[in-house]
Amino acid sequence: MSITPEDFSCPLPITDHDTVQLAHGSGGRLTAELVEKFFLPRFANPTLARLEDQAVLECPGGRLAFTTDTFVVDPLFFPGGSIGDLAVNGTVNDVAMGGAKPLWLSAAFVIEEGLPLATLHAVLLAMEQAAKDAGVTIVTGDTKVVGKGACDKLFITTTGLGVVPEGVNLSAANLRPGDAVLLSGTIGDHGMAILTSREGLSFASRIESDTAALHELVAAMLAVCPEMRALRDPTRGGVATTLNEFAKSSGVGIMLREEAIPVRPAVRAAGEVLGIDPLYVANEGKLIAVVPAEKTEAVLAAMRAHPLGAHGVCLGEVTAANAGLVAMRTALGTHRIIDMPVGEQLPRIC
Amino acid sequence: MKYSDEYRDPALARRLVEEIHRTATRPWTVMEICGGHTHAIMRYGLDQLLPPGLELVHGPGCPVCVTPVELIDKAVAIAGRPEVIFTSFGDMLRVPGSRQDLQMARSQGADVRMVYSPLEAVALARQHPEREVVFFAVGFETTAPANAMAVVQAKREGLTNFSELVSQVLVPPAMRVLLASPENRVQGYLAAGHVCTVMGFAEYEAIAAEFRVPIVPVGFEPLDILEGLLLLVRQLEAGEHRVENQYRRSVTREGNLAAQQAMAEVFRVADRKWRGIGMLPQSGLALREAYAAFDAERKFAVQEIEAAEAAQCISGLILQGRKKPHECSAFGRECTPSHPLGATMVSSEGACAAYHKYQRLRATV
Repeated sequence: MSITPEDFSCPLPITDHDTVQLAHGSGGRLTAELVEKFFLPRFANPTLARLEDQAVLECPGGRLAFTTDTFVVDPLFFPGGSIGDLAVNGTVNDVAMGGAKPLWLSAAFVIEEGLPLATLHAVLLAMEQAAKDAGVTIVTGDTKVVGKGACDKLFITTTGLGVVPEGVNLSAANLRPGDAVLLSGTIGDHGMAILTSREGLSFASRIESDTAALHELVAAMLAVCPEMRALRDPTRGGVATTLNEFAKSSGVGIMLREEAIPVRPAVRAAGEVLGIDPLYVANEGKLIAVVPAEKTEAVLAAMRAHPLGAHGVCLGEVTAANAGLVAMRTALGTHRIIDMPVGEQLPRIC
Repeated sequence: MKYSDEYRDPALARRLVEEIHRTATRPWTVMEICGGHTHAIMRYGLDQLLPPGLELVHGPGCPVCVTPVELIDKAVAIAGRPEVIFTSFGDMLRVPGSRQDLQMARSQGADVRMVYSPLEAVALARQHPEREVVFFAVGFETTAPANAMAVVQAKREGLTNFSELVSQVLVPPAMRVLLASPENRVQGYLAAGHVCTVMGFAEYEAIAAEFRVPIVPVGFEPLDILEGLLLLVRQLEAGEHRVENQYRRSVTREGNLAAQQAMAEVFRVADRKWRGIGMLPQSGLALREAYAAFDAERKFAVQEIEAAEAAQCISGLILQGRKKPHECSAFGRECTPSHPLGATMVSSEGACAAYHKYQRLRATV
């Protein structure tokens, strides 16, 4: 789902200003106008509408999953999504990776003075749609406006709460030798979409972010495999980083098969040109699941029956050997380490 | 992916590997000059496929690795000036100087920007006439033509706020120095395919004849490298020492004449210091007098900086193929990619980083 400032169905609310003013964050009349005209119509729900200092929620009992994340992506709009999509989906996914059903989000906005109100509106529309799609409500929030240069256009922090079903116990420390490592689809799409749009590089086919809410896919997988060991969405640092975290937390090795790793041709091409390995590139709509070997086929079938897991694959297996390391058997039959990345990914000279 | 999958085909690779095993009857030591080859060999694990007697030693062809520490210090000093926008390829940002790297300088307020091409730096100079834009012109014959063109372009546009901090080095002088060393073990070269794409290989014919070593310019895909090794081993077994071009889809004997012309217009051959190896006569490029106005070292009159390398680091011996990374006492202990003591641990094309990234499994598989 992609929305750009020029292309939205819901018209821009009428105000005296075209851009966000410092006064919009003053707590006075302009703040009230911003909240009433821009935020409330988008996130409409009874809890938020009370406009109290807090959301009071009916707790369904059981264990809660609780997470928070800040989104500072540049550009705000990119092929395949926007900061609004990420702010909802990213936090929904962090809740879902605990096996939980996401219920509520909070959203806090830090806005740079001078941001066009049309841009803010487009971001909020994207958040509205993403929250609707994910079945979560945004029940509380905050807005601050800072002076020019004090932040870059718009930062959003979202916090998520969800309920963990009985019997589900997911942890990076749960892996056991023999377990299968599954991945829900192609890797590197989000990071490469951002990098290529930021650097103005274009390839034969456009690379789009994969931003999506994964909790329904998670529920479908847990339904056939409640004893699932671990689940994580490989965002920053990519698949390589997540697998290294798993291997270290559990004190096991992980052996991947190079041929099994799904990468779109355009992402591979961009990676070759920039000297960046898609294994280290961020995803925003993919998950890695570790399951007992005997559940591999059942979980893969459940994944593939869901649109977000249609290209699900078994990447490899957990080993007792090489504890703490992730390795790969290459297509040529050789082996190499898939290490943790060091710092930011830097393109090579030649 | 078209134009690269064809050169990664496992069945064809197996056939080449079998042919190498059949051909090699004795131990041979060959050097891949280029860091791009070192990276590809480690990434695909090609060394794991070779006969035990066929030893690959890793050469000095990593531009990040051989850029002298003094020059990094100069880059940091220039980048720290308030009027300067310092631009560089991404690789150079993390190379340790004697006190700082460029990333640290950026965190302390220097305006350091990563670019993909020197022409982007020229564009920055055009957009910011009030600032001084400096480009870190690092690399071998591969980067020199574009770096030369940037200077030509800036001159043509009359830009007076663009300059280059030049650290260009040349491959053939280093190949000669290594072969002439009394401690040399190299019996054949896999020559750098992209350098040869620019320069051709006519220059290598004299080296092959003088030192009686076969030289094979190769491409960067697994099949290229394996075929290059097969050609080398065949010559070695037959006692031959010719220049034999494996990378025919890119390299010609004469090379890219337009690129060579641009280089010759802007640069002259000069003595250069190589990090870890020392001063090599006539081994690099410097700006010609006609382009002196674009020389950042003159423009900013940075002091001659004396810098010391970490005492434990043996990157000089590694760059000359005399030691392997794991033979260093600091490897994987005091010296890691997140805390590099020497440049060979920084760039993905540095032998130490490649070993650290891909080879720690060796002991356990």
